[in-house]
Amino acid sequence: MTGPVVDIKDLRVTFATDGGDVAAVKGVSLQLQPGEVLAIVGESGSGKTVTARTVLGLLPETALTRGAVVLRSKDGGTTSDVVTLRGGDLRSVRGRDAAMVFQEPGSVLNPVYPVGWQIAEGLRAHGDVSKKEAREVAVDVLRRVGIPDPEERVDHYPHQFSGGQKQRIVIAQALALNAGVIIADEPTTALDVTVQAEILDLLRRCRDEFGASIVLITHNMGVVADLADRVAVMYQGELVETADVATLFADPQQEYTRTLLGSVPKLGQGAARARDRAARRPEGWAEQPAVVTARDLRIVYPGRFRKPDFTAVDGVDFTIAPGEVLGLVGESGSGKSTIGRAIAGLTPVSGGSLTVLGTEVAGIKEKAFRPVRRRIGFVFQDPATSFNPLLTIADAVAEPLVVHGQAGDTDGARGRVDELLEAVQLPKAFGDRFPHELSGGQRQRASLARALALQPELLIADEPTSALDVSVQARVLELFDELQREFGFAALFISHDLAVVDLLADRIAVLHHGRLVEEGTGERVLGAPQDPYTQRLLASLPVPDPAEQAQRRARWAALR
Amino acid sequence: MSRRRTSRRTWRSLPVVHQLRQSVGLQRGMLVTGLVLTGVLVLAAVFAPLLAPYGYGQLRDADGAFGAQQPPSGDHLLGTTVGGYDVLSRVIYGSRTAVFVIVVAIVLSIVAGVLLGLVSGYLGGWLDRVLVVIADAVYAFPSLLLAIVAAIVISGGQSSLVGGVLAAAISITVVFIPQYFRVVRAETVRIKSEAFVESARVVGTGTWRIMTRHVLRNATRSLPLIVTLNASEAILTLAGLGFLGFGIQPTAAAEWGFDLNRSISDVTSGIWWTSIFPGAAIVLTVLGLTLVGESLNDLADPRLRSRRRAADVPPPADVAVTPGGGLAAGTEGGTP
Repeated sequence: MTGPVVDIKDLRVTFATDGGDVAAVKGVSLQLQPGEVLAIVGESGSGKTVTARTVLGLLPETALTRGAVVLRSKDGGTTSDVVTLRGGDLRSVRGRDAAMVFQEPGSVLNPVYPVGWQIAEGLRAHGDVSKKEAREVAVDVLRRVGIPDPEERVDHYPHQFSGGQKQRIVIAQALALNAGVIIADEPTTALDVTVQAEILDLLRRCRDEFGASIVLITHNMGVVADLADRVAVMYQGELVETADVATLFADPQQEYTRTLLGSVPKLGQGAARARDRAARRPEGWAEQPAVVTARDLRIVYPGRFRKPDFTAVDGVDFTIAPGEVLGLVGESGSGKSTIGRAIAGLTPVSGGSLTVLGTEVAGIKEKAFRPVRRRIGFVFQDPATSFNPLLTIADAVAEPLVVHGQAGDTDGARGRVDELLEAVQLPKAFGDRFPHELSGGQRQRASLARALALQPELLIADEPTSALDVSVQARVLELFDELQREFGFAALFISHDLAVVDLLADRIAVLHHGRLVEEGTGERVLGAPQDPYTQRLLASLPVPDPAEQAQRRARWAALR
Repeated sequence: MSRRRTSRRTWRSLPVVHQLRQSVGLQRGMLVTGLVLTGVLVLAAVFAPLLAPYGYGQLRDADGAFGAQQPPSGDHLLGTTVGGYDVLSRVIYGSRTAVFVIVVAIVLSIVAGVLLGLVSGYLGGWLDRVLVVIADAVYAFPSLLLAIVAAIVISGGQSSLVGGVLAAAISITVVFIPQYFRVVRAETVRIKSEAFVESARVVGTGTWRIMTRHVLRNATRSLPLIVTLNASEAILTLAGLGFLGFGIQPTAAAEWGFDLNRSISDVTSGIWWTSIFPGAAIVLTVLGLTLVGESLNDLADPRLRSRRRAADVPPPADVAVTPGGGLAAGTEGGTP
């Protein structure tokens, strides 16, 4: 084989938007060699997805593409410039030469057709195959991506598979046509860490066993370290740096790459901080009454349409002492957000006891709970939706003060609002802006300001950084740490990311299927995990260091 | 949507003005045509006494009676009706009645519909279920039949200007309330679960304050659209009532539907001017309002909105790319 399978030459993409033209990609040149995994990394808006989508000609009509994207078929027989292809020619290239694996496996599969039919659809589009042949190929490819009982499962519908299995099926779709290039757009972002490790393993096999070249788009440096051979770093539509993976992590050339790598939280960073905090605590701290005490806490969502009730939280015990940060870790569906919502009075408690700031929450009436609310702050996951789009930031931050009668209106609270904005390192002038005029990180800082407006004794942060880019996340986490030290509030920090929790929490609690499997200081839980689930969780977490990740991968394989 | 809208709320971000600035090509043509037709209607209504040569109920001037069914002439530009009224004057004055009915009907139905929708959607429970059933029941009723019943109940079928207009307006209101109710209720149910409402609840904000400050204004975004579409429907209902004889007496006000009703017999005898002009007035008004409504509908949906093509030359580098901003919207819009 000679030459690259994908050769992107001076690619420029401009989008027509309501706010004028936006240049998304500004002259990018990239090459993908046969049998290579090329990772394109960058923050949101860096143009990484747009660049990868041009390989399949998947851009919307509002996009104007210049440059060339030369795609070579797997046998090396034909080459075609995707940018100039239209209609039928483009369709014949799609799937045969290059296939796509999307971020959200749940929405990529059509819910009304069996998965086998959907795999066969690609085969039918590229040639005359009989039903029987198509089925055989589908069964075969399902077996090879690791779906058990493929002969039977081929007739099942997407909802009968788990999230990880759905992503396997999407990859199977790409493999069925034996595509030379697989574009994987954030293939594991929507999946849990333990599932992510399996999908990354499968992608690696795609390359080794099927001989596919992979373009991996991701913002997760751990994923890059795990899978990629070569890395292209993008920033604001331009290529910052391209290097093979070991060189990039060991010796990044550009300032931006260094910053990006430096912002990635790593396991074990938090131990020193936690010790430091523990040392500064006054005498008799442990004897103070706890801010939150949960005893055999149960939260059940009633089943609808004759389905059985769903137990989200099943007999959990924990306490949060004043000024202490408890990190709550778990995968999706583990009940971690439900616990946070129950403490804030957003979800009713079904059984056991939950005492928040001296008030028993189980069975409490909204009116009786309202005085407690002013002592609790809440930071939501998605900063885009947690602000009323029609109120200015000052209005939103002043809202708690107005509601609790500490100010008549926004103007009356403005002095305090400015102080709060300053505390979260936002310029005062931002108070007059509307939420959509702030970036995600700025909005999340404003969200912190709002949560702190009433000087709460307890702050609940529900995945506050999971919607943010790594570099932004690093700043928000640092700010959280500073504010916690300054204001001394107790906090429940909920996250799926062990490294993030490790950075901030004094103690870590690990949830699995609504049960608390392990609890202790960060050092103990992460350093010497006792529970097999915690061990698996830790082993699945890819670390942003190729050499170390290779060792971890071996350990993970042994643990499986 | 657009993240780079003007930072302060100026006249540019007012409902219709904002969409007009946003539109291009055919959609802009439709919107402008609709706005011009609607503007003509409003101007005619406001300046009717100045524009119309005679009064709507005037049968004679200094030279004596006009005479019935006179063809268009210098004295009567569009001729006279079977009852001896001036057609041009009645067409112009008819716009007043139309605008009056639209305004009253829409104000009444918006106030009631939005309030009920908000309460029903936010509080939920049995109140919600009862209101939804009632709304569905009203919805299932033929609207003109309902309007006739309401007209009879309110005014006995015949009445003065205010009585007739109110009868028409209230009957239209009854039909429209469920529409506003449904739209606002659906939006409220959606917004209720948004993080910013939960955030207000966590703070301890009272129910009424959440409803008015956080939910109401976010739930009313699509209302301008329904208003324009309903306005055209209101005119048709009013004309239908007038045509069926449940309208306003010619001496009380000019009403296009009533005039059409009176001109039925004229059509067969070759007297075209008594029916064409009131009919054309109805058609143009409805067309204008529908065009405005439809183009607002298309413009509100990023997938239906047409945009200028991107210029071939890349814009200067200082154009700030908001992280994930326009870019994300662009790629999502293109995914089928």
